[in-house]
Amino acid sequence: MQVTVKVFRFNPEKDKKPHYESYKLEAEPTDRVLDMLEYIKGYYDGTLSFRRSCAHGICGSDAMRINGRNYLACKALLKDLHSKRITVEPILGMRVIKDLIVDMEQFFSHYRSVMPYFVNNEPPPPQERFQSIEERERFDDTTKCILCACCTTSCPSYWANDQYFGPAAMIAAHRFIFDSRDKAAAERLKILNDQFGVYRCHTIFNCTECCPREIEITQAIGELKVAIITGRLK
Amino acid sequence: MKKHQFDVIVIGAGGAGLMAALYASKTANTAVISKLYPTRSHTGTAQGGVGAALANEEEDHWEWHTFDSVKGSDYLGDQDAIEFMCYEAVQAVYELEHYGLPFSRTPEGKIAQRPFGGHTNNITGKPVRRACYAADRTGHMILQTLYQQCLKNNVNFFDEFQVVDLLVVNGAAAGVVAIELGTSELHVFHAKSVIFATGGHGRVWDITSNAYAYTGDGIAITMRHGIPMEDMEFFQFHPTGIYKLGILITEGVRGEGGVLINGKGERFMERYAPKVKDLASRDVISRAMYLEMKAGNGINGQNYLYLDVRPETVNKYAALDGRRRQDGSPYLMTGEEIIAKLPDIVDFARTYLGVDPVAQPMPVQPTAHYTMGGIPTNKYGEAVIDENYTVMPGLYAAGEVACVSVHGANRLGTNSLLDLIVFGKHAGLRAAEYALGADFQPLPADPTEFTKAQFDRIRNAQGNEKILEVSGKMKTIMMDLVGMFRTGEGMQSALETMRELRERYNHIPLHDQGKIFNTEMINLWELGNLLEIAELTTVCALARTESRGGHARDDYPKRDDVNWLKHTLSWVKPNGEIELRYKPVVITKFQPKERVY
Repeated sequence: MQVTVKVFRFNPEKDKKPHYESYKLEAEPTDRVLDMLEYIKGYYDGTLSFRRSCAHGICGSDAMRINGRNYLACKALLKDLHSKRITVEPILGMRVIKDLIVDMEQFFSHYRSVMPYFVNNEPPPPQERFQSIEERERFDDTTKCILCACCTTSCPSYWANDQYFGPAAMIAAHRFIFDSRDKAAAERLKILNDQFGVYRCHTIFNCTECCPREIEITQAIGELKVAIITGRLK
Repeated sequence: MKKHQFDVIVIGAGGAGLMAALYASKTANTAVISKLYPTRSHTGTAQGGVGAALANEEEDHWEWHTFDSVKGSDYLGDQDAIEFMCYEAVQAVYELEHYGLPFSRTPEGKIAQRPFGGHTNNITGKPVRRACYAADRTGHMILQTLYQQCLKNNVNFFDEFQVVDLLVVNGAAAGVVAIELGTSELHVFHAKSVIFATGGHGRVWDITSNAYAYTGDGIAITMRHGIPMEDMEFFQFHPTGIYKLGILITEGVRGEGGVLINGKGERFMERYAPKVKDLASRDVISRAMYLEMKAGNGINGQNYLYLDVRPETVNKYAALDGRRRQDGSPYLMTGEEIIAKLPDIVDFARTYLGVDPVAQPMPVQPTAHYTMGGIPTNKYGEAVIDENYTVMPGLYAAGEVACVSVHGANRLGTNSLLDLIVFGKHAGLRAAEYALGADFQPLPADPTEFTKAQFDRIRNAQGNEKILEVSGKMKTIMMDLVGMFRTGEGMQSALETMRELRERYNHIPLHDQGKIFNTEMINLWELGNLLEIAELTTVCALARTESRGGHARDDYPKRDDVNWLKHTLSWVKPNGEIELRYKPVVITKFQPKERVY
């Protein structure tokens, strides 16, 4: 079928301000938005720029705003968008560098600030540290995060102030705080107990709705709030 | 042009690169240069597990793992290196656990393990549970864990920098040249040790499980400096890619009891591998699938088969196979268990196929998956640049870009993640050790000379060719003629096409002449790499007049140990000619014999 893809364009070397370009092309219902962008780049305009790599929803490169909602372009199939008109824009709340490419530095800086790494300074046993199936299950959901930034850039609190850690960084903290083997939960909770920390989450659920990994993000942030108040880590 | 100086630089931030960086950075000033943000690397897409004989679920021994890998390699793997890898595997996996990797667990709280293709109990010949897994996102968890530990250890990262050239001075590695993607500025990284960990080149083929980024950069860069490539004719086709898209469906699906079914409703692998059936090695299964489809046994006569992991199917065949759980009870799976063990597979099938795998079978076809060949190295990751194992000072490679060779003619599932962590670690250690005792080589007057010439050609190309047409033709021809089944005639014709395409490539105009994220320019450079690699692959494959592992020829259907029990080394000469020489396979304990699964 024929679709119209309207793409946000901005080339700072040429454009004073951003604009939109529309492209008409033939597409199959199973085509991904990423396939359409590749086609546009290959046949209409080689200057169109976007990030992508694995093309099946694991590497997290191609988070974009598609018809007003955040998706990975490689996981947004035409048939699931229920429209022949598709608008593709960069994710919100970050500086646009060129076309669909945004500056991710602030996002990764928030990630780095929550101690997103395993801490346990006791000498390890010769084999594995034991962990029960239940203990492992406790933080399973947040291990799925691929740092695509769909969540953080769909969050109105983040749009209002990008000093806010944002959902992705808090998910990273959650993954370690609830890991029975880790020893730095208290330090991380202290970091998150901050004016730019967990309390900026107003349970709007945009993050949870658009997470391509289907992580229960709002719930996880809620668990962090409870842990800060009660000190409970189970 | 900006200049940087480090003791060790690592190119690529997947499992091998990060492991190398983690170890090198303990003693040497180390930087990682990656064209992607590290967590975007292709290691993250690995699903089913990392092989190590922990014996957490049943009896197992690293020696069994060694034999299975030798047999899996169709006897082309170097047995000393395979022994080293399988022995080191056990400690390496514990080490990942100590870094915090969230493995799935057994009821006793140990690392959980599942069966995988070609991994067997060497006494009974039955599948053994050796793949240590974190649900079906083991690679994702390895990548995340290693990146996190690198952050903890303050490793320097240069993210979104495309390395485009190696600097060689006095016969030693002296650094690399990179383009900063955000600005197109050239950076010279002066280093004592250079570790390539850039991954494979599965984007040469049409149906592929590989990321867009998998364009063989490390191989292309080093072969332009007269470094030979080893065993380039060996490329693995994984049996179960999503029909038409090539997206990988892990072998773990079959490990959990899924079976392949043809258009007649038969579990056809019984005929090809009577003992382990759907858990034979990948080359065996992919070829069986090809033959089934060729015989008209595809689903509705089409070019795909079913991978069936519905509980009723799993339980039916588990009962026929006499499969039991660890506690001795019959192996019975519920839909919930399947979803819990394979959540990402369920998600892929629902998203891309519109199929719920616990209710319907998944349409699959073999998909280009893994580069067995690459930069020749010894087991310490040192590049060995001729048939006498001469080490090139300062140059290292690890992971999929390297050829140790532990995978020989066919890699076993779970051995790629293992390769990354074992050889990444040793390459990092050795590179740091060398750097601490060596001086910097002097840099050439203009280190960017070759890079500038290369990119001037790309920027100034004239003509009407299109990048998608040239790459599309390469992919389909390589898939049809230098894919799973090959003939001399077909490959000769493919070779001619590749040479035509290389000429057409010079006439693809660059529309984007800007400096900020010029992805078109980088994509064109990457296509140049792929075309050169496609040609090299074809030349190596044409010369090898036998069938072994991933290299199957209709005109030479048998393995020929008399003439071909040897590694190919291929040099690209400055005039473009390709020279082939050979080196023997290292055999320690296992004399080649016929492979039966």
